[in-house]
Amino acid sequence: MSQQSNWPLWEVFVRSSRGLSHVHAGSLHAPDQQMALRNARDLYTRRNEGVSLWVVKSTDIISSDPDEKDSFFESPQGKDYRHATYYKASEGVKHL
Amino acid sequence: MKHEELDEALDSFGDALASATRVTPGNALRPEDIAVDGIAPSEEVARYALTLGDDALILAQRLSHWISRAPELEEDVALGNIALDVLGHARSLLTYAGLAWDKTEDDLAYWREEEEFTSLWIVEQPNGHFGVTIIRQLIVSIFQHLLYQKLATSQDKTLAAIAAKAVKEVDYHRDHAIQWTIRLGLGTEESAEKMRHALDILWPYVDEMFRDEAVHQKLESIAVLPSTLRDAWNEEISAVLAEAGLEIPATGQAMAYGRRGEHSEHLGYLLAEMQVLARKHPGASW
Amino acid sequence: MAPSTPQEPGLSAVPSYEEEQSQGRFDALIDQDSRVEPRDWMPEKYRKTLSRQISQHAHSEIIGMQPEANWITRAPSLKRKSILMAKVQDEAGHGLYLYSAAETLGTTRDEYNEQLLSGKAKYSSIFNYPARTWADMGAIGWLVDGAAIANQVPLCRASYGPYGRAMVRVCKEESFHQRQGFEILLSLSRGTDAQKKMAQDAINRFYEPSLMMFGPPDDQSPNSQQSMAWKIKRFSNDELRQRFVGMIAEQVKVLGLTLPDPQLHFDEEKKQWIHKDLNWDEFMAVIKGNGPANAQRLERRREAHREGAWVREAAAAYAAKQAQSEVA
Repeated sequence: MSQQSNWPLWEVFVRSSRGLSHVHAGSLHAPDQQMALRNARDLYTRRNEGVSLWVVKSTDIISSDPDEKDSFFESPQGKDYRHATYYKASEGVKHL
Repeated sequence: MKHEELDEALDSFGDALASATRVTPGNALRPEDIAVDGIAPSEEVARYALTLGDDALILAQRLSHWISRAPELEEDVALGNIALDVLGHARSLLTYAGLAWDKTEDDLAYWREEEEFTSLWIVEQPNGHFGVTIIRQLIVSIFQHLLYQKLATSQDKTLAAIAAKAVKEVDYHRDHAIQWTIRLGLGTEESAEKMRHALDILWPYVDEMFRDEAVHQKLESIAVLPSTLRDAWNEEISAVLAEAGLEIPATGQAMAYGRRGEHSEHLGYLLAEMQVLARKHPGASW
Repeated sequence: MAPSTPQEPGLSAVPSYEEEQSQGRFDALIDQDSRVEPRDWMPEKYRKTLSRQISQHAHSEIIGMQPEANWITRAPSLKRKSILMAKVQDEAGHGLYLYSAAETLGTTRDEYNEQLLSGKAKYSSIFNYPARTWADMGAIGWLVDGAAIANQVPLCRASYGPYGRAMVRVCKEESFHQRQGFEILLSLSRGTDAQKKMAQDAINRFYEPSLMMFGPPDDQSPNSQQSMAWKIKRFSNDELRQRFVGMIAEQVKVLGLTLPDPQLHFDEEKKQWIHKDLNWDEFMAVIKGNGPANAQRLERRREAHREGAWVREAAAAYAAKQAQSEVA
């Protein structure tokens, strides 16, 4: 006898210290935003201070597929000029 | 994956980071520190600290029973967290009190008889269903939050330090209780009914929290007189209950004198379970 | 390449061009020791195997809370009580990390929970043994968590991204679990005669079941080959068991206690630890639900779920009401 608990799935993003960015840490179930934030604090930060948390309902996340056709992502092939190593004449010049 | 990589990984395995077992949030005043560096309190201060320590110890014992039984895994974590915090407070307070009598936290927890415990009746009440536990948390953590806030300005440095750390944690416990009170009060007819029942059975133990006893006398600027917390507590809990669509029940008040070692019938069973193993091996270290 | 039309029986065995491309990408990810992520194409069997493996692991963490929760209220010192509470809390957290990883494969937590409560899903057999004494807390931490660690460390490099990442998190916390267990036994082994006896008795009971945690011998594990090819299993059952036996054979000396295995020795020629024959009949019986504590473990979960239904429903109802009032 399965019971739909109706507690949606939330994705959790954690920024462990200033200067970094939020990183996806995992997910959890909670009935609403407030509880999701609190549960995330318990589970993904062990209530460490100074940590920033985002919670987002999983259904609100729009993603792109890694196997998406090429036009969606510009291929880096053949675009060496976007890499510093392409510029040999500058090698050895300080601060460049 | 190569065998050498596994070997290396297993060898360096122990150098890992924090777990719930190692994280001590906030200030670093731990029971171990108090035991080593603490200056023994006077007899009066020790007895006072004991009342607070006993409240925390018995409450932690009740809460810990929820671990592996909560309505959802996230609540096993939340209640476990709260129980752990409260046990931490108990350990600090009992360790401090014990210094006056050359007794350790364990001496006090495991080797006192029921009539020597000075905890309130409300913390020894059974967990009941989740709603009962939440209402008990609501009542107690609003009280403790107000208490520790004031105690953080105590002239007794150790009590002040313990309270300063505790107040942040109890704030969290109070928030947890408030969130659940609102959700269960307003959720369904069944949950509202269960919350009304919880209030009915726990409200009789409210007055005792605010009674000034002998143990509170002669400790001006050190202890917090419980009666001074009543108005603020009333205001806070009334607001929460109103928001949750609940009412203060019209019950009597129990003739409860836990601070004097006179307890309800529940404490005996609780202590029997808590103390049984330690008492089976007198003098043993664990 | 002939296009496939999956609706027509007989032709579904022929992969379409897209499927072949996808399989190629998947194979490349595995070969390069890279990571398969939730939105990638993956063979249905890979998905199913992972879903079962990760959820079994999650169930094990959750059920594993019970034997230890059993001793929280009776812990013989406040320090030990704190540590045990924290450990069991960690386990709840690990279960949650793992369910979170498993859910990315398309099965919901409710569905996994249903599988567990109905008795369909498996979990680590060792938790179907009762924790009879305080020393069991030591034995479980030392032997059971030790075996779990040996299993888990390689999984940090599992091919499925969410699984590997969950395992890294789990492993960071698990190291303390084993040390705590060992220290409980160390205290006991240096204590009274009664305590020493308690410790030795617990080791005697948990030794063999802990060795069997790695699963049947390689030659009796047909699924292992495929899992290793997919890199969701990095070492064979016997390889891990060997490693584990080697570790505990050394550690038990520090305790001044013995492992209940007179045959246990390292064979210099074969470069192998030789241990006693393990009781695989008992293992199979326990897996099938006939162990000492299976019924109790499942009933505790069912009871928690049943008793908590009104709470979950109320929270959901409240959230729904809030959502409505926001729209209005």
